[in-house]
Amino acid sequence: MVLDLIEPTLHIPNLLNLAQAGGLNLDFSQIAPNIPFILGGIGTTLAFTLVSAFFGFTWGTILSIFKISNIKPLKWFADFYTSVFRGTPLILQLAIIYFSSPQVIGYAIPPFQAGVITFSLNSAAYSSETIRGGILAVDKGQREAALTMGVPYTMMMWDIILPQAFKNILPALVNESIALLKDSSLVSTVGALDLMRRGQIVAAEKFIYFEPLIIVGLVYYIMVTGFTWLAQRFEKRMRRSD
Amino acid sequence: MIRTEFLCKSFGSLNVLKDISTEIKKGQVVAIIGPSGCGKSTFLRCLNLLEVPTRGRVYIDDVEVTHPKTDIKKVRQNVGMVFQHFNLFPHMTVLKNVTYAPIKVKKIRTPEAEALGMELLKQVGLEEKAGVYPSRLSGGQKQRVAIARALAMQPQVMLFDEPTSALDPEMVKEVLEVMKGLATTGITMAIVTHEMGFAREVADRIMFLDGGYVAEDSPPAEFFSNPKSERACQFLEKVL
Ligand SMILES: Nc1ncnc2c1ncn2[C@@H]1O[C@H](COP(=O)(O)OP(=O)(O)OP(=O)(O)O)[C@@H](O)[C@H]1O
Ligand SMILES: [Mg+2]
Repeated sequence: MVLDLIEPTLHIPNLLNLAQAGGLNLDFSQIAPNIPFILGGIGTTLAFTLVSAFFGFTWGTILSIFKISNIKPLKWFADFYTSVFRGTPLILQLAIIYFSSPQVIGYAIPPFQAGVITFSLNSAAYSSETIRGGILAVDKGQREAALTMGVPYTMMMWDIILPQAFKNILPALVNESIALLKDSSLVSTVGALDLMRRGQIVAAEKFIYFEPLIIVGLVYYIMVTGFTWLAQRFEKRMRRSD
Repeated sequence: MIRTEFLCKSFGSLNVLKDISTEIKKGQVVAIIGPSGCGKSTFLRCLNLLEVPTRGRVYIDDVEVTHPKTDIKKVRQNVGMVFQHFNLFPHMTVLKNVTYAPIKVKKIRTPEAEALGMELLKQVGLEEKAGVYPSRLSGGQKQRVAIARALAMQPQVMLFDEPTSALDPEMVKEVLEVMKGLATTGITMAIVTHEMGFAREVADRIMFLDGGYVAEDSPPAEFFSNPKSERACQFLEKVL
């Protein structure tokens, strides 16, 4: 009687059902037909992470070069940029770029693209600090050896300094990519059909929460573990020259 | 070939080079010696503008290196430098180290650059190491590769900053042998060194730096047997 009154007001009724059942009562069969739909989000999540990491690290590299340059305005810009993106919540940055784009640039950026833009800009701020550290850690003799042979600055950076810098900071960049992969679930808040969002959709349709979210969690976990494994193998190969 | 006029270099309030006016003729081999911290490296590095002189002028081949309009990259292609700590590119094989600048800077075609590179590696006795990464080499081998790398730009001047100071004693000789061979080829060489025996045998001239000046500048026979300045006497007493 009392329960009847309360139940409709609860937002997550099936948690109550679970509690009433008095134990963990997993039943994946009910959502089995929806599993392919959930897994379909892997592509979106992966594409999202890779594209964001690519643009983020590229822009981050440019920012890091600004930071070490002698040109003061470039330095100021890069430092200010970094402080803004590190000093505000990622989800706020996403909301601003997604929801205010119609008002500011006159048309709506689709969720996926809005996410990629936000995450690239944000990840660039973080990675630029890492990359800057990596560049400064390269022995200054390398720069001098290149200079004394008349190698131009850009060529020296690209062929000599950056390869060594990236090799040193590879573990940090892998961590940054993993953070990006997990944080990519935030794009679900603007409606991009990634893993997270698909899990939520299935959950909402069937009023079953635990199973779809567990599946989503498992897929994230496998992706992160697999990615870590690949990165470690790659790192070993890179260390061949040591 | 190399000429400096009133060359001065300070680091903040530390006046390292106070007034160096000297000339090194084409094909000459000059050994630069002096007490630690007297500015030997600084002098050498001012010649190719790794350090920018505070005052004075540097000429290489009658081009004023210190002139703001001079394309320093162009000048540097003609002035090879060998460092105490080799500074080989660790992510490139030995041959790639040697051919990188000729291909990228001088735009020499890869097969030609590789042929020249192999020839230079042969000259320093390391052709069988062409495909190896620098981390697999001994110190002496690294320094010989560094010499080959500098020579690959076919410079007319070679600067050496204590090329054997970071080496185990048994490896010093192999590097000095290579430099000895080089000295006979007519290339202009300025060598900062603590190897007095080598300086005496190979150099045409000894430049003794002290207190920011060239304290003495004479042929090795004269410098070692009968140094003129008090400071040079003291220095030689310590190192010989
Ligand atoms: N970049 C720099 N900034 C500040 N001081 C410097 C710098 N480079 C050199 N010095 C100082 O200038 C002086 C001369 O240095 P330099 O390296 O030219 O001496 P050196 O004769 O080569 O000595 P060594 O035999 O130890 O190599 C030293 O007191 C050194 O501390
Ligand atoms: Mg020195």
